[in-house]
Amino acid sequence: MVADVAVPRQHGASKLTRQRTRSAWIFIAPMLIVLALVAGYPLLSTMYYSLTDRLLIADHDTQFIGFSNYLYYGPDLDNYDEEFDGYFVDLIEQDAFLIYRDDGNFYDLDNVDPDTGDLALYEGEVSTSDVFEWHGVLVDSLWWRSVWNTVTFSVISVGLEIIIGMFVALVLNANLPGRAVIRAAVLIPWAIPTIVSAQMWSWMLNDQYGVINEILLSWGWIDARLAFTADRLLSLPSVIAVDVWKTTPFMALLILAALQLLPGEVYEAAKVDGVHPVRQFFKITLPLIRPALMVAVIFRSLDALRIFDLIYVLTPGSRDSMSMSIWARQNLIDFQNVGYGSALSTSLFLIIACFTAVYLVLGRVSFDQER
Amino acid sequence: MSRTARKLLLKIAFYVLVIFIIIYAVFPFYWAINSSLKSGTALFSADFLPPDPAWDNYAAVFRGQPFALNILNSVYVSTVTVVVSLFLAVTAAYALGRIRFRGRGLLLMVVLGVSMFPQIAVLSGLYEIMRAIGLYETLYSLMISYMIFTLPFTVWILTTFMRELPKELEEAAIVDGATPWQTITKVFMPLMGPALATTGLLAFIGAWNEFLFALTFVGGDSELMTIPVAITNFSGASEFESPWGDIMAASVIVTVPLIVLVLIFQRKIVSGLTAGAVKG
Repeated sequence: MVADVAVPRQHGASKLTRQRTRSAWIFIAPMLIVLALVAGYPLLSTMYYSLTDRLLIADHDTQFIGFSNYLYYGPDLDNYDEEFDGYFVDLIEQDAFLIYRDDGNFYDLDNVDPDTGDLALYEGEVSTSDVFEWHGVLVDSLWWRSVWNTVTFSVISVGLEIIIGMFVALVLNANLPGRAVIRAAVLIPWAIPTIVSAQMWSWMLNDQYGVINEILLSWGWIDARLAFTADRLLSLPSVIAVDVWKTTPFMALLILAALQLLPGEVYEAAKVDGVHPVRQFFKITLPLIRPALMVAVIFRSLDALRIFDLIYVLTPGSRDSMSMSIWARQNLIDFQNVGYGSALSTSLFLIIACFTAVYLVLGRVSFDQER
Repeated sequence: MSRTARKLLLKIAFYVLVIFIIIYAVFPFYWAINSSLKSGTALFSADFLPPDPAWDNYAAVFRGQPFALNILNSVYVSTVTVVVSLFLAVTAAYALGRIRFRGRGLLLMVVLGVSMFPQIAVLSGLYEIMRAIGLYETLYSLMISYMIFTLPFTVWILTTFMRELPKELEEAAIVDGATPWQTITKVFMPLMGPALATTGLLAFIGAWNEFLFALTFVGGDSELMTIPVAITNFSGASEFESPWGDIMAASVIVTVPLIVLVLIFQRKIVSGLTAGAVKG
């Protein structure tokens, strides 16, 4: 058999080829429609909401505000006052309470215009640099903190997963009795739902009754019980530790699969030449499994960058281990600020998209290769 | 040191490492079982075996909240999601895996891209859609939103499986005058059984474990919650202390079936995962 099934090249596209191409699109259409509805459309609406001041409250009129959710110089939007249709401004220097309206003027809260019955224009001089500030995602310190947390988390946990996963894979690859038992044991953390493992670990890491504290105390490694999930310095390392425990099996199995595809002759040759096993690992094994390793790293990194559930359950409310997804959802649902939350979500999406694009370009990945 | 002694030492070190790996992997789950069998104040002791094992916590799980209903919700949502995904994915995977046409590479990239999507990026859009069409706080909202990750995943893995099926089968079918639809249903489907089972199981686990959408769309109603949301929502006697015994019992209840499934299918799962990742 030569070539592909439907490629009689001589007369251009044959009837069979055209028929097959048409049925290909018919077969793909349902999937594409569903993906467009559940992923494409919501993504576009999130991006659109990020350009509005939408709130979850039903009777609030949504307005298009451009990129103000991302970067904006003006009054604090949280100080919007329904009654006076403007933003409350406390001018401390002049001991005055003002309302800033969209027409660009300041009105005096203590002074009503007798003609209109509305607030009067403020008569003093207002220097905008006193009352206005930069707002938006780009100057949101909590956002940048969550970016830093997420990136730190991703780099350290994926790094550790690779190293430990490699160890476990090498052990599993060695021909030893009881290999099946080890493999089964290693699969257990992977099989446990993330939320369940988060709960299991938050019990083990409990500051009063946790077994980890108990063990460390009895070994004399610590003098007093530690609040692993609440402590400023320990909460992020705790999250990393649990994630490493949960995800290393996946990494180990991927590396193991790559190891088992390696040709045995290379190692026999190396053995004959008397190459030290450690040198064998760095000179032969590592270069050969590098492509598989890279794919695993990319998948895991993309997964780590969007982490939500583990952190939400293990260190609830902690600013020190808050991830990008956590901060975005908090604004979206808890603070009911759909506009700003969508801007955060869109920023997260763009960060991940950039990361993926860089990888695709650097890795020169082809999705249509024939095997 | 003699050569044999060194070899023995190395062997011992190796087995110590092996035992360490096993303990590291298994201990947290063991501790959950251990804690779930302790009742009263025994829970707060660090005994490595429950002093007198009791099933109190397991009974309490079903008394304190509609946990049986939560389990049913999870089973229902995950099953429907997986069946629909597989149905849509089989035909798409046939087209993507076996037919050459312009735009195939781009489509595969889109599928992979969607599976790597941060779910938070569609959350506000989906939330507003669900409210607009009246599915907010129903299980349908979960079945629909879970398609975001189950569908690309099943398409991707089934495509790699499809590619590896022998070409001759399809050629024979074409020579016999079979339409592409007949080729899928009569020739490929019978061969796809194991692949469908593996892919379905992995997608099922994904849907079973999902948290963000479930928390957001049905998190307000304890009768609609799926297992992950319910487990984070257990309340104890006081609001300051979580009922750890109950939580551990519930954790064991929902994890044991998964562990059994994974251990039974472990070879298939490993090949399914690696088909999705290493070769992708």
